[in-house]
Amino acid sequence: MATTKHTLVAIVQDKPGVLNRMVSLFRRRGFNIDSIAVGHSEVAHLSRVTIVVNGTTATVEQVRKQLDKLIDVVKVFDITGEKLTGRELALVKVKASSATRGDIIEIADIFRANIVDVASDSLTIEITGDEDKIESMLKLLGGFGIKEIARTGHIAMVRGSLGTMPEEKATKSRAKKQE
Amino acid sequence: MKKTGAQIICESLIAEGVDVMFGFPGGVLLPFYDTLPQYPQIRHILVRHEQGAAHAADGYARATGKVGVCMATSGPGATNLVTGIANAYLDSVPMVALTGQVARPFIGKDAFQEIDISGITLPITKHSYVAMDTGALAKIFKEAFYIARTGRPGPVLIDIPKDVMQDSAEFNYPDRVSLPGYKIPTSGHPTQLKLAAKLINEAKRPLIIAGRGVIISGASAELKQLAEKSQIPVITTLLGIGCFPENHVLSYGMAGMHGTGYANKALEETDLLIAIGMRFDDRVTGKISGFAPKAKIIHIDLDPAEIGKNVNVDIPIVGDVKAVLQAMHKILESSRHIEWIRQLDEFRKLHPLTDVRESSGLLPQYIIRKLYEATNGDAIVVTGVGQHQMWTAQHYIFHEPDSFISSGGLGTMGFGLPAAMGAKVGRPEKAVWLIDGDGSFQMTIQELATLAQDNIAIKIAVMNNGYLGMVRQWQDLFYKKNYVATPLSCPDFVKVAEAYGIAGVKVTRREEVEPAIEQAMAHDGPFLINFMVEPEENVFPMVPPGASNIEFIEEPKKEVTAWQRRSIP
Repeated sequence: MATTKHTLVAIVQDKPGVLNRMVSLFRRRGFNIDSIAVGHSEVAHLSRVTIVVNGTTATVEQVRKQLDKLIDVVKVFDITGEKLTGRELALVKVKASSATRGDIIEIADIFRANIVDVASDSLTIEITGDEDKIESMLKLLGGFGIKEIARTGHIAMVRGSLGTMPEEKATKSRAKKQE
Repeated sequence: MKKTGAQIICESLIAEGVDVMFGFPGGVLLPFYDTLPQYPQIRHILVRHEQGAAHAADGYARATGKVGVCMATSGPGATNLVTGIANAYLDSVPMVALTGQVARPFIGKDAFQEIDISGITLPITKHSYVAMDTGALAKIFKEAFYIARTGRPGPVLIDIPKDVMQDSAEFNYPDRVSLPGYKIPTSGHPTQLKLAAKLINEAKRPLIIAGRGVIISGASAELKQLAEKSQIPVITTLLGIGCFPENHVLSYGMAGMHGTGYANKALEETDLLIAIGMRFDDRVTGKISGFAPKAKIIHIDLDPAEIGKNVNVDIPIVGDVKAVLQAMHKILESSRHIEWIRQLDEFRKLHPLTDVRESSGLLPQYIIRKLYEATNGDAIVVTGVGQHQMWTAQHYIFHEPDSFISSGGLGTMGFGLPAAMGAKVGRPEKAVWLIDGDGSFQMTIQELATLAQDNIAIKIAVMNNGYLGMVRQWQDLFYKKNYVATPLSCPDFVKVAEAYGIAGVKVTRREEVEPAIEQAMAHDGPFLINFMVEPEENVFPMVPPGASNIEFIEEPKKEVTAWQRRSIP
């Protein structure tokens, strides 16, 4: 079965060990996590975790249910396929000489990125956007020589209100299943 | 009034109704053990190895339906609990495991007997706590017991540093818990129930497969009511044994790898499988593509993560089995499936459960049938893991839920003796028989000392064939009889028992079986019978690994003369 990229959002108790429990479930199922971003949510003592993974819909659904069983996980949503606002932040340190500095600044401007640090031999650029935008800029900057990249991982929010969880969906008809 | 952490632990256990616990002391637990005599309501049973404590708590929990409690010290004591915790996790057994931890200033310093037990047990506990504050102990205990016994039950671990037991705090046991992330489904979705009822009403060849979830939910009566109303035949999983009386006319025994031929035939032919409180373990499904190939499937389970995990289902119903079956009963029509039941009875005639054939050797199947007769099926029967376990599942006839206690998911050899001990402690009025193998028995044999010290009067039947029998059977059938690492030299178990102060008798011939069982039952105290059974007897029927259930192999219709080739010591 084809694997696709899934975005899961979990609201979890802000307690030690919670992330460990979550990540361990992914390891057990043999998932490689593309990115994971954790931060405070709008409620005190609750954190919001955004996880991007590759997997078949069935296996990701299994992991989502297992995550939901963790006592410290308040709720989990698979927001793949929803209308999303997704962002990632990256800091990129690019080699820059007096000859190339102008070109680099021009590229940064096109992507509405900010120059946050200037040194004699490098420029540090801060860019925010979806994954495609960041990848495109990195491609253009590649020619100048990238010294360092730091990325936060994807965070996402459903436009409008976060939908309720789909319950008790039948797991496909039995006619087609079973390899 | 302020109390010490150790006192708070005892007070909390009493508040949860705990009257017995299984434990083994150690350095960091000394503050607890020093305090324990202040609370004579708590009976502490000293095991000989911490694995025994965990299995005993497990057996106790299964026999009583209450939460089993075990305790071990930090480091090796805690790691010795791991197998028992994993066993309870896989079989959904309510348990609270308490471990001592080095004092807080030493945590993370690789101190003497320091181990990260909450980290080690992360994937095999329903939840776990490290109690870093004496004032938080009461809340932690309240939550731990609540989590262990509600929803899909499971083990919860509480790791407690030594100085947390020594510090003092105000003790107020909370009335309620606040766990916003802990969801327990209750009744099933009405739409799903209606869809399911429609399928059941229309089915020509419906079949119920019932698992341990029925027992956990206390839904045996509801299951019987449903089966009788719509005349639906019932088969069970290994751990479902006892949830439906096996002497009932609609009972067709256990399905799966060593299930009855007729149960597996029923799975092949059914047009509607109603799976209740079970999780489609590979030992019961066989090859998935060959599982119930003609059937639509209704799956009733409390745990949403079990829906569609191994087998895709048509109508999932997430909810407490008892509540779902009650609701279902109201909307079902009563119906008859005379043709279907006649067909199943025909299967039963064609593929009878390996009967006790004429043999001058001592056959384990025969012994188990005699045990059934002698106890009127009224005992709690506990097993280890292996051939003897499957023969017990096949040949003892179970009428009651909680009367068959066995390690299913983990398949833990050595489970039997300590689990039987726990069951007897929990249900002292019941006869408790341990049916064990010589391999399984030797894995936790040291608990004989616990039986003797606490006079726990279980009766032990060792099926002694001088082999790791189930592994030998696979070598026999699938590895050209290459018996590597399976022949087993055993001590004289009667003498071993005697050394522990336990009476016993050795049985080598068929006519000695009944008198020995009677002697065991009449004896006041624990008793061991060492049955020298036919060494190369195999368990049949058997679905070969990787095959579909319908490809079960039956006992070869020939004189098996293995016992003649190998003289019994």
